[in-house]
Amino acid sequence: MSSSVRTKLAGKHNPTLAMLLSIVFAGFGQLYNRRYLKGVIFIIIETSFLITVLPWLNYGLWGLRTLGTIPGTDHSIRLLVFGVLSLIALIILGTLYVFNVLDARKQAMKIRDGWKPLPFKETMRTVYDTAFPYLMTLPGLLLMVFVVIFPLIFSVLLAFTNYNLFNSPPRHLVDWVGFENFKNLISVDMWKDTFISVFAWTIVWTVVATTLQIGVGLFLAVMVNDPRIKFKKLIRTILILPWAVPAFVTILIFAAMFNDEFGAINRDIIIPLIGGDGLPWLSDPFYARIAIIMIQTWLGFPFVFALFTGVLQSISKDWYEAADVDGGSRLQKFRHITFPHVMFATAPLLIMQYAQNFNNFNIIYLFNEGGPPVRGQNAGGTDILISWVYKLTFDTNNYAMAAVISIIMGLLISGFAFYQFRQTRSFKEEGEI
Amino acid sequence: MNQKTKSKIEVTAIYLVIAVISIIIFYPLIWTVGMSFNQGSSLYSSSLIPENFSIEHYKWLFSAESDYLIWYKNSLIVSTVVAAGSVVITSFVAYAFSRYQFVGRKNGLYIFLLLQMFPVMMAMVALYIFLNIIGLLDTLTGLILIYLGGQIPFNAWLVKGYFDTIPRELDQAARIDGAGHLRVFWSIMLPLAKPILAVVALFNFMMPMFDFLLPSIVLTSEENYTLAVGLFNFINDQFSNNFTRFAAGSILVAVPIAAIYLFLQRYLISGLTAGGSKG
Repeated sequence: MSSSVRTKLAGKHNPTLAMLLSIVFAGFGQLYNRRYLKGVIFIIIETSFLITVLPWLNYGLWGLRTLGTIPGTDHSIRLLVFGVLSLIALIILGTLYVFNVLDARKQAMKIRDGWKPLPFKETMRTVYDTAFPYLMTLPGLLLMVFVVIFPLIFSVLLAFTNYNLFNSPPRHLVDWVGFENFKNLISVDMWKDTFISVFAWTIVWTVVATTLQIGVGLFLAVMVNDPRIKFKKLIRTILILPWAVPAFVTILIFAAMFNDEFGAINRDIIIPLIGGDGLPWLSDPFYARIAIIMIQTWLGFPFVFALFTGVLQSISKDWYEAADVDGGSRLQKFRHITFPHVMFATAPLLIMQYAQNFNNFNIIYLFNEGGPPVRGQNAGGTDILISWVYKLTFDTNNYAMAAVISIIMGLLISGFAFYQFRQTRSFKEEGEI
Repeated sequence: MNQKTKSKIEVTAIYLVIAVISIIIFYPLIWTVGMSFNQGSSLYSSSLIPENFSIEHYKWLFSAESDYLIWYKNSLIVSTVVAAGSVVITSFVAYAFSRYQFVGRKNGLYIFLLLQMFPVMMAMVALYIFLNIIGLLDTLTGLILIYLGGQIPFNAWLVKGYFDTIPRELDQAARIDGAGHLRVFWSIMLPLAKPILAVVALFNFMMPMFDFLLPSIVLTSEENYTLAVGLFNFINDQFSNNFTRFAAGSILVAVPIAAIYLFLQRYLISGLTAGGSKG
């Protein structure tokens, strides 16, 4: 009670009224606050929005809800794209609207408390100051909305439809089916078996290949860093070479070299050394898996090696001298000085290596297109989740199921990354201006 | 004496390991070079050291018959624009995230980083339809825009980490002297962050060069292909038959790129560890 009395006494300016006015129509509250320029701009924006965007938005949301009603005319997937775009537009406009309401309220409160408007130039200055970070991030944000957010929403929504080769527009309409696809994945045998075996191999692949490349990188970095070794620069250049040559090229070359019939590995190494007809690198799942793990190690260790070499050179010699005084063995020095230093400095980048291999589509696809085929499964012997999703999307056009698996993968990997990021210090915030 | 012998054996063992690794590294590379100088196009008849040395495949690449030069040009256009654009956009974003207070500052970047870990295959379906709607399908512009948007989260995180290591006292001093927001950005932040910006530029120059998945979906006509798509199609259709051409075409891109990498690797590593661990 007393506060409202004071309000009237202070300036007879009512923030609630300003707020209500700007809810009724953007800009009215600002006019009431006597911020005429701002008010007029807001009014123009809302009017033009109502005239131009509203019908389009309405159509988009209708499409999102129904996914079309007339087979052959309504293209469900186009409608879905329109729907997602209008959803994003709606969120952006909603944010602007909320901003308009809050702005009216804040300004009214200031006026009530006896605030005098600053000269025009000053006002523009403060506006520029607060708007500056938004202006800087705007181009990037817009691009990310269309390249990251929009496709993500689209694919999440696809998981709840029955969009596949046999039920695809424009001949048929796609419908919302709820959690049907998720249920199929765990109840239909073919899906369940494939998912479990592909998932298991994905985990094995990620852990083994990444750990191997980190291990080899660390081993070589420590060895080359030994003070007794000469020609360090030359050796380092050679060891970094596989990183410098584009992976796209090397994977395809390896694919040719591992070819069962005419590949160089069988012809020049296996047959002369061991004899027999060579190993079935491409046609046997076991050997194919061994081959891609070896190739990935070849491709991946140089980056880790270079990274570790940089860190090793920065470790102060004092640590080792102190250890020598205490009579520490070489293994002890490695365990208690080298290893913690190296891991501490590179943890986030190493975590990313795991995440990268989990999603390492290129090597799987370029080596053998995920093959060889496996009976009773719709994924090949070396297929990891991401290459399986690729096959489902572009080969068999089972979009809905591909979306379901994408969601599961995304949740797994981002959950893991989130947990790890929080563990490392990179999540720390620093001071502000 | 015993100590000395032991040390000698150790050093020899290390050199031996390095020698073995070097052979493993060089074998496929030399094999490819040998392949590209082999006569004929079949993989089967080719050998490591060419019996009939010839440069016919290189000649063919530059002949009117092949689109190799057009692809090379397309790739250079895409890579250059993406490299330049990404430096501008990410440094803007990173500056805001490093030095200003605004809604979404605390978690914005991380949310995007996490969202980006969702697989991109389905996104490609969405982007395909979207590019089609706005008329940018089968254009280099469409491809460039997608690359530019996709690289922001990781690179902005990297650059922000580097900006955070630049002492705030510097920009505060400049502000006292009357420098504005952009002035501080241009005259203080950018010059000091050159190493990490070079890393961003290099990464974004290399990435489009050898990405084949996205361009193979976005670009449909052969004269718009980038190198990776074009080269992949060499061997995708008739694997063993065009392999020698593929080898020659790859060498002509891989050699300059490997040279740049080796030349700049020191900066790459220092930039990555500085930006990545302090981010």
